[in-house]
Amino acid sequence: MIDQFDVIVVGGGHAGCEAAAASARVGAKTALVTHKHSTIGEMSCNPAIGGLGKGHLVCEIDALDGVMGKVADAAGIQFRLLNRSKGPAVRGPRAQADRKLYRLAMQAALAEQTNLSIVEGAVIALIIENGIVCGLKATDGRELNAKAVVLTTGTFLNGLIHIGEKKIPAGRVGEAPALGLSEQLLGLELNLGRLKTGTPARLDGKTINWSVLDEQKGDDPPVPFSFLTEKISTPQISCFVTQTTERTHQIIADNISRSPLYSGQISGVGPRYCPSIEDKIHRFKDKSAHQIFLEPEGLDDDTVYPNGISTSLPEDVQADFIHSMPGLERVRIIRPGYAIEYDYVDPRELTHDLQVKKLPGLYLAGQINGTTGYEEAAAQGLIAGLNAARAAGGMTAVTFDRAEGYLGVMVDDLVLRGVSEPYRMFTSRAEYRLALRADNADQRLTPKGIELKLIGSQRQNAFSAKLDVLERARKVSRESMLTSAALAKLGIQVNQDGRSRTAMELIAMPEVGFDRVAEIWPALKTFPAFAREALEADSLYAGYMDRQTSEIALLRKDEALALPTDLDYAALPSLSMELRQKLARSKPATLGQASRIEGMTPAGLACLLGTIKKGWAAKVA
Amino acid sequence: MIPQVRPDTIFALSSGHGRAGIAVVRLSGPLAGQALIDLTGSIPPARHAALRMLRGADGSVIDEAMVLFFAEPNSVTGEDVAELHVHGSTAVVERLFGELGIKPGFRFAEAGEFTHRAFANRKLDLVEVEGLVDLLSATGEAQRKLAMRQFLGEASEVYNAWRLAVISALSLFEASIDFSDEDDVAVKAQNAAWPRIRNLVSELEAALVQSEKFGAIRSGLRVVIAGAPNVGKSSLLNILAGREAAIVSPVAGTTRDVVESHLQMAGLPIVLADTAGLRDASGDAIEDEGMARAKAAAGSADILIWVVAPDVSSQVGPPRAPDLIVENKADLELIRNRNESAIAVSTRTGVGIDDLYRALQKLAEQKTSGAEQAVVVRQRHILAVRKSIRLLNNCLAQPQRAMELTTEDLRQTARVLSSITGHVDVEDLLGNIFSEFCIGK
Repeated sequence: MIDQFDVIVVGGGHAGCEAAAASARVGAKTALVTHKHSTIGEMSCNPAIGGLGKGHLVCEIDALDGVMGKVADAAGIQFRLLNRSKGPAVRGPRAQADRKLYRLAMQAALAEQTNLSIVEGAVIALIIENGIVCGLKATDGRELNAKAVVLTTGTFLNGLIHIGEKKIPAGRVGEAPALGLSEQLLGLELNLGRLKTGTPARLDGKTINWSVLDEQKGDDPPVPFSFLTEKISTPQISCFVTQTTERTHQIIADNISRSPLYSGQISGVGPRYCPSIEDKIHRFKDKSAHQIFLEPEGLDDDTVYPNGISTSLPEDVQADFIHSMPGLERVRIIRPGYAIEYDYVDPRELTHDLQVKKLPGLYLAGQINGTTGYEEAAAQGLIAGLNAARAAGGMTAVTFDRAEGYLGVMVDDLVLRGVSEPYRMFTSRAEYRLALRADNADQRLTPKGIELKLIGSQRQNAFSAKLDVLERARKVSRESMLTSAALAKLGIQVNQDGRSRTAMELIAMPEVGFDRVAEIWPALKTFPAFAREALEADSLYAGYMDRQTSEIALLRKDEALALPTDLDYAALPSLSMELRQKLARSKPATLGQASRIEGMTPAGLACLLGTIKKGWAAKVA
Repeated sequence: MIPQVRPDTIFALSSGHGRAGIAVVRLSGPLAGQALIDLTGSIPPARHAALRMLRGADGSVIDEAMVLFFAEPNSVTGEDVAELHVHGSTAVVERLFGELGIKPGFRFAEAGEFTHRAFANRKLDLVEVEGLVDLLSATGEAQRKLAMRQFLGEASEVYNAWRLAVISALSLFEASIDFSDEDDVAVKAQNAAWPRIRNLVSELEAALVQSEKFGAIRSGLRVVIAGAPNVGKSSLLNILAGREAAIVSPVAGTTRDVVESHLQMAGLPIVLADTAGLRDASGDAIEDEGMARAKAAAGSADILIWVVAPDVSSQVGPPRAPDLIVENKADLELIRNRNESAIAVSTRTGVGIDDLYRALQKLAEQKTSGAEQAVVVRQRHILAVRKSIRLLNNCLAQPQRAMELTTEDLRQTARVLSSITGHVDVEDLLGNIFSEFCIGK
């Protein structure tokens, strides 16, 4: 029997789930193909969602009615808003999740989704006809047909696990790698690279001496990711902190030659922001202790994730150094940490809708594109699934630019600049950071989502109610004002220039602030917390938003200048050879994209601009 | 359809025009090597001088020449470059141009096109291009030294060092934003960042001070001659400038406006300005305006020469302390109040003019000493540096404000400083962060 779908998504990880859900939401008949139904929504590494930059991505996914935020809210067992002491643009929501609850909540969310079927099976090859992807073959001989395919195979492409001197071909511990697909992709002349990542050992919480450890509590009350989640009802737990000791460092230093990272067995490039413990100790010799966070993996699960000691040292060395840390002297190791090398496709092979340039109909999302992290994967999954469905329905591609959201920043970075290490989101990657806040993700993205028919009615209603409140709150704060003399009488010192100050201006003054202003105009007290936060953010960034707005206008102007797809870069004499090659390879769609290619110069841009103009002149003539 | 842009090979005379010992014709572009094959039969080994016969398409000899070939990217423009050192005859050069001009894919270079290609191929950055422009038009030794520094990229190195200093401070703040949940990164980062910003501000301010000295070299050191009417200011200008730039007459108030004359002194460009004589208000609107301009010129002078004469009593003193006092008309017999600190000269006989010239030269050298070390030399650069100082001071003034605002100002500073050299590369903030901190809990 041959099954016919609009879109097939391969992989049940974070990218795959979001891709399948997005595709089905816009009405495409979608199949999610995965090895095992029960591992859909698995958190293969740390049991946490969100963080700095990543939390923004979760909120953006939620603003487009994606599943990650809601699932994390259902499974979260410790919520913390990072950077609470800093401004709203750089605050990042983060939650420890119960791994089992997360999996179950994700599986339930997908089961509820109309237009979506889950198919168990291992994919061996893509079916390609006339240079267009039109389905795939499973190992059991089944063929599934589709108008578009999204690959979200994570670390399963030629995955190779290293534990000390041991090497095990695998996608995740205990699961087989996807070998055939990798070869097929190589055969398509896609540029593949090799990356590495790692994970720490898992510990048995029953054997940890918790009493000697520092406790880290979550926020009370916990703040959810999704605007649709009213309250977190899952019980909340604490994390604990231990640290490496001199003995830990000695053990690792003595055995460093047994780490495949140092013996030369691993060729893949690992992330600099998530180094193995042997890397940390080797590179930062003057640091005598590293903090290690002990994160429970679930409410009814004794497994503990020791965040900060990812390693590929042999099992006996892992046991030795783990036992050298306070509280872990007698801990039982459930399974050892490991490093995994895997193939990724150079994301410069993709266009901004995450479609493979050389193979129309094929979309890639997640670690296969050289990224790391659940949130990065999910955001790409949403974009790829949405576009696969649109392509299947004969609609044009939809992309997000750098001023619309972190998801736009990420895709643009990937597609134009490629990766040299697993790509992770940071707030510092977003040049319009002040405008891209977690709290305004819906205002940035939901209207576009509604146009794309990506948003369900529940969120549409909640969103328009929220907009009404915000509009009223902004109006009150703009229109409430007092003269400088009247303010002085209230004990608020401003220049006595006779000019009136609005509530908005006063909120921005650090010595006044929202609470004092709300005493003067009690109407402000009637608004919910999100309105207060929005007003505070508006007023704090007021002076800078003008600059950012004009920069965004410039960006959009350059983005509006389309470069012809058939432009012969080799024939542009005033570009350097290096630039000509880079441009020919990445084929930027707009002048704005060209400006972000590494090594681009103002002179080179001027030349491109001149070329476009000549093209126009030729068309007119 | 986009028309194909021809990868033209350009050529031009790179030496001076007219008769000379040799003339150098330079070619740049993909066909530079082909031109050598056409003209001489072969391409010599790159960067080795070879003596060759140049022949036209009809086989006739054009000239015997030394030819050189530079393969891309190791050439002045970054493209294939050929140089033909022919005899410096206009006829030879024209014949050669005639031969090259009819070849498909060749054309005469537009003004500045070699430099433009060098810039496009990242052989030169903007500051270096500007330095080259200055070098080619330098008129004195001091200007040449300055331009050379800019052209050799020394100035760009300084700009780049400033840019990197901003980025290093910025990446520290970014570290404490993006890695605030890591151990002690945030505190360490902030402690290290503020001193870097303060140091950078001092450096930028010092550079601006030097740039004022440099302004004197670039646009000429302003030497203003001022004094009462009829002390012989215009005569002094004429004798120093060596020509009749100013109208001289015995009638007081002959000079109504500021008269300028340009000259070289010890390799320094000098703008010598003669001004209207200063006395109490005359009631004559034109003369009064002349005096106002004279005062303004004296006030902004790099060197102020105050001229007195024994037969003229000054009603008003100099608008500011003069750098030199000159007592003119030393040939007059009735010298009443001899001014000991003044240099006595006679513009009529030439007595004392050498002394004045030497004194002036010494002063000019003092005023510009160290200026060839200046980095911030053009108005465009000065504005960028001033803006950077303003942004950095804005950060320093508000250490307690939300950190993401400090980083906005620092990002802007980095962009402003990169705009000087024209680098647009995205700063590798993360690279900086990871090299300084142990990240990854």
